[in-house]
Amino acid sequence: MEQSIMIAGFGGQGVQTLGKLLAYVANESGLQVTFYPSYGAEMRGGTSNCTVVISDSEIAAPYRSSVDCVAVLNAPSYTAFGGAVKDGGTLIVNSNLIEGAQERAGRRLVNLPLNDLAAEAGSPLTLNVILLGFLAQYVDGLSPEAAERVVRQRLGKRADLLEMNLKAFARGAELAQELTA
Amino acid sequence: MSKKETLSEGKRQILSGNTALAEAAVRAGCKFYAGYPITPQTAITEYLSERMAETGGVFVQAESEVAAINMVLGASAAGARAMTATSCQGLSLMAEGMSSLAAGRIPGVIVDVQRGGAGTGAILPSQCDYSFVTRSLGHGGLHAYVFGPSTVQEIVDVTGRAFDIADEYRTPVLILTDGVLGLMMEAVTLPEFKEDIPDREWKIEGREGLRPKMMTGDNVKPPIAQENRLRDIFVPMYEEWEQDPLYEEVETEDAELIIAAWGSVARVAKTALKELREEGYRVGMIRPISLYPFPTQAFRSLDPAKVKNIVVAEHALPPQLMFDVDHAVQGRIPLTSCTHSSGVLLSPDEIADACRKLL
Repeated sequence: MEQSIMIAGFGGQGVQTLGKLLAYVANESGLQVTFYPSYGAEMRGGTSNCTVVISDSEIAAPYRSSVDCVAVLNAPSYTAFGGAVKDGGTLIVNSNLIEGAQERAGRRLVNLPLNDLAAEAGSPLTLNVILLGFLAQYVDGLSPEAAERVVRQRLGKRADLLEMNLKAFARGAELAQELTA
Repeated sequence: MSKKETLSEGKRQILSGNTALAEAAVRAGCKFYAGYPITPQTAITEYLSERMAETGGVFVQAESEVAAINMVLGASAAGARAMTATSCQGLSLMAEGMSSLAAGRIPGVIVDVQRGGAGTGAILPSQCDYSFVTRSLGHGGLHAYVFGPSTVQEIVDVTGRAFDIADEYRTPVLILTDGVLGLMMEAVTLPEFKEDIPDREWKIEGREGLRPKMMTGDNVKPPIAQENRLRDIFVPMYEEWEQDPLYEEVETEDAELIIAAWGSVARVAKTALKELREEGYRVGMIRPISLYPFPTQAFRSLDPAKVKNIVVAEHALPPQLMFDVDHAVQGRIPLTSCTHSSGVLLSPDEIADACRKLL
């Protein structure tokens, strides 16, 4: 059982950090994983993206033309990658920065006001941690407990920031639980 | 945080291909590194800028790739396991130095994290240096042993072997990765630090009171002596390598179509192969792991009565791997090229479609 996740946003939204954290979570969950970052001569305000593939067996290609789950964090990313969801897959949209994302047959659309949620959690910088919490709960095979361990290990340098990140992480997980309940 | 603290022994951890390669080199006993930054290689140089000092080695940020390869030559001649890393046009600048390493029988490991295109080219992944490093190592027609790993774990494994082969045969060894393998992260298990590194009796070192050793170029020798050196040393060495090329065969037994691919493209092809097998197509793959020596026999022994076509998938335009496959099958099996270049990447769907059309 293989699942591919693409995350896209503008530089500074924590896209690459989120991709790496997801890879650590998959590894901690006992799964195989690949993380592939896009790179290039990006312009300021342009998009940054990465692909994470998780599986219980060997993973070959680290990138795909279409994936099981796409999370787009700003409008240009929605334009570029909104159509890259496989049939039966999920499109997660940051509804604070993307207006009018289209419902489409065979695709689940999840609107998350990530900027508002991050502000509520205490800092705009927690946007990607909220999404990590969401994905750790939402994606089959990932262990939310392993994910929390990763947050503690990787984002635990400062106690006050760790507390904020754990809160953000829990909020994301809660939203996924509400959705799948 | 020191690099030591971020790496733990014997545990599967998530590392990028570049970081894993750099750490594997340190564990293989690399004590000298000189490099000049270039995308997508820079992470190797950055990592070793700290790590060499932590492990008792020497790191030099060279003023150019020309300097870097010649520093590797010097350090290696003085006895140190030495490495440099670059990408594409940096390798052009290293050509003369690589040729000198080969001619002088001086070990050295050279890493090329390939980017796209000729001239200044592009910074995105490609496999455009395949022919450059497999046909002749710079001028003069000598060779390096060339690895083309396909996973981060394989990068770690071949890096250890690269240093051993370099010492055993007194030859330069190349490791070709690309922007995909260098930047992607995957779980790896790192080896222990290598302890039993052989001493180089031939090395040049300051030894007070003893007669100094000297290395001289071939051009001071008479032509027949130069030719004999090629006949007696280099040709038998390459023939020995050719006895035992490294490659992987995937589901070739009943295959009607074979995909030939190496490095990052081989992993994309493997996903295509899995899809095609699920649809009932009899598809296999031959993946060279050593690009020189090339696994000629693996292709030559394919039965044209069974194998109807070989799809050669690579990130090079015009094709490069194609020529080695062509030389191996000698026109007995039709070849179909499936390529992108300049940072445009083949997707699993594209390779699968190319195969479906032929089945």
